[in-house]
Amino acid sequence: MNQVLNFITSNQEIIYTVILMIFVGIEIIEKVPSVLHTPLMSGANAIHGVVIIGAIIVMGKAEQDNYLALALGFIAVLLGTLNVVGGFVVTDRMLEMFKKKK
Amino acid sequence: MNQHLLTICYLIGSITFILGLKMLSNPASARKGNLLAAGGMSIAIFGTIFLFSYDENGTTHYLGNYIWIFAALIIGAIVGTLAAKKVQMTAMPEMVSLFNGMGGACAALISIVEFNHLSKELGATPTVEMIQHVQPTVLIIVLGLIIGSVSFAGSMIAWGKLNGKVKDFSFTGQNVLNMVVLAAALGLAVYMIFNPQQHMLLYAILGLSLFYGIFFVMPIGGADMPVVISLLNSFTGVAAACGGFLYDNKVMLTGGILVGAAGTLLTILMCKAMNRSLKNVLIGSFGGNKKGVAGVAGAQGEHKEISLSDAAMVMSYANKVLIVPGYGLAVAQAQHTCHELEKILTEKGVEVKYAIHPVAGRMPGHMNVLLAEADVSYDILMEMEQANDEFPTTDVVLILGANDVVNPAAKSDPASPIYGMPILDVEQAKTVIVNKRSMKPGYAGIENDLFFRPKTSMLFGDAKKVLQDLCTEIKNA
Repeated sequence: MNQVLNFITSNQEIIYTVILMIFVGIEIIEKVPSVLHTPLMSGANAIHGVVIIGAIIVMGKAEQDNYLALALGFIAVLLGTLNVVGGFVVTDRMLEMFKKKK
Repeated sequence: MNQHLLTICYLIGSITFILGLKMLSNPASARKGNLLAAGGMSIAIFGTIFLFSYDENGTTHYLGNYIWIFAALIIGAIVGTLAAKKVQMTAMPEMVSLFNGMGGACAALISIVEFNHLSKELGATPTVEMIQHVQPTVLIIVLGLIIGSVSFAGSMIAWGKLNGKVKDFSFTGQNVLNMVVLAAALGLAVYMIFNPQQHMLLYAILGLSLFYGIFFVMPIGGADMPVVISLLNSFTGVAAACGGFLYDNKVMLTGGILVGAAGTLLTILMCKAMNRSLKNVLIGSFGGNKKGVAGVAGAQGEHKEISLSDAAMVMSYANKVLIVPGYGLAVAQAQHTCHELEKILTEKGVEVKYAIHPVAGRMPGHMNVLLAEADVSYDILMEMEQANDEFPTTDVVLILGANDVVNPAAKSDPASPIYGMPILDVEQAKTVIVNKRSMKPGYAGIENDLFFRPKTSMLFGDAKKVLQDLCTEIKNA
């Protein structure tokens, strides 16, 4: 019990961030028209590619002789890049279609 | 100094993600929003590579292995751009699912590497204090692993289903088995938190999570895949946030949670557009046998066909024509020809509009994107409620490769898997012309009574070919 309370106190900054972000996330897309559901999903998909930062840190910290960490880190950065770059490009292509006419 | 610069980079990243997502939910600013978020992401990524530092044994280290990092970045960027640029408009949803799976896998890999690192520090026989000290970290690592790998496996199956490589598959008791597997994974996770030295268990959890991801998506009908992808998308967001906890990295935390929350809401909004609950999508549509019953239940008469010239005649003498586009239009890439037909009819004084069902095609908004590509004006695209008001005054409804979204079984047959989904009430119009390639059932795998109704005539053939011929016929008439 004490441990749980300690955990909450020592991580309160993170817990606040999480709670506020949940509200922000819900609030900002509440009025999205159904036309934009797919591009929005795709855009959100690209944003969670931010996980690549974790992969870069793993890769950058790996010791030169730790081949497992190097290999896994390399794959992680590669997959993360695919998520980020592919995600944003696909979203842009979808939205390109919405450009103004006439 | 670098540390402060990095903080600013991350701050910019977080703000652009929030603004970008906000702008993405408005058609006028959506594209800028996407570019803004992409810009913020680049700043955060390059900031991390060059400015990130950590303390070890009292000295400050910067990240190394630049060659590896840049090699992975460059290969990933090239492959990602090419894949995203080359993909057909019809295959966009698959692509999103695939990229989502990559993100999930990335999160799972981070967890594995970090745990290996941790278990080396712990050694074979850690003291109680050591275990207590690492418990929160282990919790986050295991959570990231489970969510990331479920998202990865699920996305791969969703990808396979959308491109037809994976078929619907379910067996009795699958729900129970899924629950048992998930419970086992979570149980092992709890055990690990108290016994982090048992590092081989991590791979058992990985295996169970992958298994769960596969069998969780496997039985869900293809037509519901957009909802599933959106749900898995928010899962990956949470997995990314776990990484944020792990490294106390604010941009990962905010970005991940933002997507987790927005993705969950978006999933619910998508379900609402289909008038179904999330539970119904995830569990309700499992009845593979129900579909068969629903198909036979409707008494099926003969369908009648209409010739091209007759169809052309009916349409050119109509006052108002409503076009209902569906997946068939997307597959045939017939959006430009469709716009052509619309222009020819308009020149002849026929009022032409489009009736867009929110889930027509493979994803919500799919048809809008497609028609926008062909320069169809926004003003004549009608959403479902609007269109349903217009059908009673419409002379001809031309259905182009849409099926489930006009299936009257959604209103009348409680046994039907799509029962309760709002549909386009095309039967209110005077005449219905259905263009399809064959009498095969639609994506949900159910028969459509509409095709056998007296008002309905079938016009078989590839949408593009049929539309081209219609254009020629009407021009010459």
